[in-house]
Amino acid sequence: MIEQVDLSLVNWSRAQFALTAMYHWIFVPLTLGLSFMIAMMETKYVKSGNEEWKRITKFWMKLFGINFAIGVATGIILEFEFGTNWSNYSWFVGDIFGAPLAIEGIMAFFLESTFIAVMFFGWNKVSKKFHLVSTWLVAFGASLSALWILIANGWMQYPAGMHFNPDTARNEMISFLDVFLSPLAINKFLHTIFSAYTISAIFIIGVSAWFLIKKREIMFAKKSMLVAGIFGLVSSMYLVATGDGSAYNVAQHQPAKLAAMEGMYHGQERAGLVVLGVLKPGYEIGSEESPYYFKFEIPQLLSFLGYRNVDAFVPGINDLVEGNEQYQLLSADEKIMRGKVAIATLKEYKDAKESGDVLLTDSLREYFDENTPQGKEFLDEYFSYFGYGFLNDPKDIIPNVPMTFYSFHIMVGLGFYFVLFFMIILFFTWKNVIDRKKLILRLAILTMPLGFIASQAGWIVSEVGRQPWVVQDYLPTIAAVTHIDASAVQLTFFLFAALFTALLIAEVTIMIKQIKKGPNEGGQ
Amino acid sequence: MSEKKPVWKRVTSLYTEGFRNMPLWGRSLWLIVLIKVFIMFAVFKLVFFPNYLKTNFSNDEERSKHVIEQLTNP
Repeated sequence: MIEQVDLSLVNWSRAQFALTAMYHWIFVPLTLGLSFMIAMMETKYVKSGNEEWKRITKFWMKLFGINFAIGVATGIILEFEFGTNWSNYSWFVGDIFGAPLAIEGIMAFFLESTFIAVMFFGWNKVSKKFHLVSTWLVAFGASLSALWILIANGWMQYPAGMHFNPDTARNEMISFLDVFLSPLAINKFLHTIFSAYTISAIFIIGVSAWFLIKKREIMFAKKSMLVAGIFGLVSSMYLVATGDGSAYNVAQHQPAKLAAMEGMYHGQERAGLVVLGVLKPGYEIGSEESPYYFKFEIPQLLSFLGYRNVDAFVPGINDLVEGNEQYQLLSADEKIMRGKVAIATLKEYKDAKESGDVLLTDSLREYFDENTPQGKEFLDEYFSYFGYGFLNDPKDIIPNVPMTFYSFHIMVGLGFYFVLFFMIILFFTWKNVIDRKKLILRLAILTMPLGFIASQAGWIVSEVGRQPWVVQDYLPTIAAVTHIDASAVQLTFFLFAALFTALLIAEVTIMIKQIKKGPNEGGQ
Repeated sequence: MSEKKPVWKRVTSLYTEGFRNMPLWGRSLWLIVLIKVFIMFAVFKLVFFPNYLKTNFSNDEERSKHVIEQLTNP
């Protein structure tokens, strides 16, 4: 049945989901980061009583409000798509995905709808302290909403804390803590929110730089830059640190993604980290040639970052496809065979149940029970490769290498640039000469889109890099998709593209208009 | 000294006065939000995005059977 799936259906469904998620992620980072910096500015106002800080707070709150209003509910479309285009996936992941999303929905609704109203309508109606607490709660609430979504995404990359029920074909959560405290999920959450904080800090610095270039609102711009510079520097440093954590987790649980991130076809001990390189297009798996036209690498660093050991072996794409006995790596063929055994066992169980053969049903059910000896062996040796049974070619286990490689290097390169950028901004702001550094101010404006580019590149690494899986090793994309008409998906793809583009144009237009008006008009 | 209004009245007036005193750009934003939500829920959700399993199968048992059938016949 899966073989009959129209590949264009899978590709259009993926494209539609990617389009929706990427547009959604234009709005979300600003909501996450601006809310914290607004809370800091308001704290400064409440502590000092200085009305200038209130004016600053209100201006950025206005831009936050515009972004929030335009972006709110854009994520709901992703949930529509789960139900329509990804029904096998939605059913298979069961309550693992449902529970975090439900918590997110409740938390987002109560925290955001209540306290955002106080933030915007509560000036002079509630006490200064209550208003400040509301602003902080909006900031924490927004980041907490992101936490649950990213935990669900983390589970898809590293499934843990669940049990597969062969009667319902659903995964059931057996340990909330294993899902919640999965190192991959926690690291993913931290890396993602620090990227959002970094984008927002760049945004405030960029807008402030524009005011300085125009010689308007000098004190306002400098104070805003100081808050954003400090917040951005701390966030970008955490971004780099959690990026290291992400790479470590990828090395442990998603070796094919790591190999694609580095364009590494030939595994090796003491592997170097490619800092810069150009891949040969159309490079064939198994080829003995170098996959790069050229590369500049730091020796042994990939082994150290991936395994905390400079001598460690890092498997390449060839090792993962063909297997490597020396390092006990199964070949993709072997995994596919084991996956097919797992699928056949599930089918045998289903047939036995349908035919009313109680004895056979009971004996086969034990294979899915980890508390029985045969169950433990089956789940470890076969069912953990369940998803491979849907693949037919060993090369299918490898994601799109060039897209993952270049996205990864763009993200990392920009990440380090941001640290340097914030240092420069803070240095000149601290020296109180930033308004005279025209080149730096122009650079700040040019840096504004780079934050979004880096973050989107990061999502490409995460999501394209984990292909062919929607749930790592358990469910490939081709088996997750609903068998609907591809033309329906194409139509909604273009409808979404039109809607989101219109929203983005509306956001940019309204924001530019309000920025040009400046802080004197702010807040009301 | 005027008597303090009950909490529910103060909360309600926070919203009503907030909306009433909203500037033009705020009202435009709300219009965009309402149009967007209408398009999403009344057009996209109802016309283009029915929940496949909920629409085509009447109970969880049938849904399970369908998905198992899909997964065991690759």
